Amino acid sequence: MGEEGPGMTQLRTPVRLNEGLLQDTSPTPVAAAGQTAGGAITNPAEEAVFAVSELNLWYGHKQALSDVTFDIPVNRVTALIGPSGCGKSTLIRCLNRMNDLIRGVRVIGRVDYHGQDIYAPDIDPVEVRRRIGMVFQKPNPFPKSIQDNVAFGAKVNGYKGSMGQLVERSLRQAALWEEVKDDLKKSGLALSGGQQQRLCIARALAVQPDVILMDEPCSSLDPIATLKIEDLIRELVRDYTIIIVTHNMQQAARVSDYTAFMLADDHGAGRLIEYGPASEIFTNPKEKRTEDYITGRFG
Amino acid sequence: MTTAAPITLRARGRVAMRQAISRASRYLFLGASLVGVAVLLLLAYETISSGVSRLSWDFVTNYPSRFAERAGLRSSAIGSTWVLGLTVVMALPIAVGTAIWIEEFAPRNKLLTIVKLNLANLAGVPSIIYGVLGLAVFGRYFGLGPSIMTGALTLSLMIVPMTVIASQEAIRQVPPSIRDGALALGATQWQTVWYHVLPGALPGIMTGIILAVSRAVGETAALIMIGAFTFIAFDNTSPREDFTTVPIQIYNWTIRPQEAFRQNAAAAIIVLMVAVLSLNLLAAVIRERFRRS
Repeated sequence: MGEEGPGMTQLRTPVRLNEGLLQDTSPTPVAAAGQTAGGAITNPAEEAVFAVSELNLWYGHKQALSDVTFDIPVNRVTALIGPSGCGKSTLIRCLNRMNDLIRGVRVIGRVDYHGQDIYAPDIDPVEVRRRIGMVFQKPNPFPKSIQDNVAFGAKVNGYKGSMGQLVERSLRQAALWEEVKDDLKKSGLALSGGQQQRLCIARALAVQPDVILMDEPCSSLDPIATLKIEDLIRELVRDYTIIIVTHNMQQAARVSDYTAFMLADDHGAGRLIEYGPASEIFTNPKEKRTEDYITGRFG
Repeated sequence: MTTAAPITLRARGRVAMRQAISRASRYLFLGASLVGVAVLLLLAYETISSGVSRLSWDFVTNYPSRFAERAGLRSSAIGSTWVLGLTVVMALPIAVGTAIWIEEFAPRNKLLTIVKLNLANLAGVPSIIYGVLGLAVFGRYFGLGPSIMTGALTLSLMIVPMTVIASQEAIRQVPPSIRDGALALGATQWQTVWYHVLPGALPGIMTGIILAVSRAVGETAALIMIGAFTFIAFDNTSPREDFTTVPIQIYNWTIRPQEAFRQNAAAAIIVLMVAVLSLNLLAAVIRERFRRS
């Protein structure tokens, strides 16, 4: 994208004081190595792209997120799992301020992106969203040609280079180039569901973001298309930070490096129950509720 | 149960009754549709048979006259074109802009509810009321008199509410996922509206415009009210001039006692109908082109 906003290069301060924020999530405090923020939240030791702290969100009078605090590492796949209505989609939409678009939303707390609170009053959501791309649950290509779909984001962001090259590079990165290179003028809607979703990924990549948020990207796809997207995620994580919401636990286990388990409390507000390396969460969860969920006892 | 008569899948009893009603309903609704078509055809036949003999190029290019066989539509057609052109130019940006604001930008509060309610009410106000308003405000207060400008402003007032409502409807048809997609790529709200919402809503907006323009073309009462009921025997060259329009000319001719003028009126109706249908056709072609791309 050429220029970078002031402060975007500045790194997050490595020390964060997170203790005591999730008192009610764990009945038996587990003492873990230095990174434990409290309860069953194990923050990664690596550099964080997002530091979410005491995030609360209301839709009107209904609280949808309650005291969510955790760090999301750079260049890793972080999965958000949990039963329907646990707030995982709400949480992911907080990370690029897509919730701003819903009427009556109120957000309290911090979401630091490389040390900058994206909810600070002087932050422009457009600037946030061009760095933090998003892929949605249902593929939503624009009713335009494949080429225009990919070029749109770059065009509105004032991209000056060769559009042809950018389109090809983005489609290659999204593993779609070979399938569509001969009909770039064809409508994006003429593609199959899996191809449409990869087109949406290519479209997001063309803006050259830093992070890609994926909100249940495979929920409307067949198993083969799903597998392709999962392979793609593993491929893309070399260059990008990926955060994925999924209600498919096998998928989370397959693709994610870190996994966050969420659950709605008695009032329906989503809370972060457990967070840590995927291998830990799926083989040796600290929380009884996590274990119950991943073994299929509820949810 | 097992000892009862063998199963039959033929309709009997209540099922037969329900099916009979269902079949009858089809003819009932076909009949309802045919009534409208039949009346329309009858009217068209009456008009065409009485007016077709008067149709000629001279009829379109002659000024009105007290001799029926020399009278023509020249000044009224020019007046209609002026008024309609100005109306469209003034009303469309306002109407589409209002619809975009309401649907895409406006905060959802009491004020907006009141605005929307009033728009719906305004769309239902009889045109003669707009005529009274136009006469008082534009004609008298602003001193524009019974001019083309007064007519265009009055008709603009009349068609803005209905165009806003039609455009709102069209904008709402654009799926929210398209907006989300564009915004998530770092597009601003305006870029999202310009590149995605408007192109998606355009076919619907066009339909609304066609209906509004068709209504403005045929409007008589409001224009008579502002005083555009005069004998014009010159070509309009400025919006400050007095004018007449085709529907007013038709009205003018129908109230004459002579049969020859009635024929003129019928011929003028044919001209007006052809003009409106061509406008609709043009709009439909544009709409289809946008829908495809």
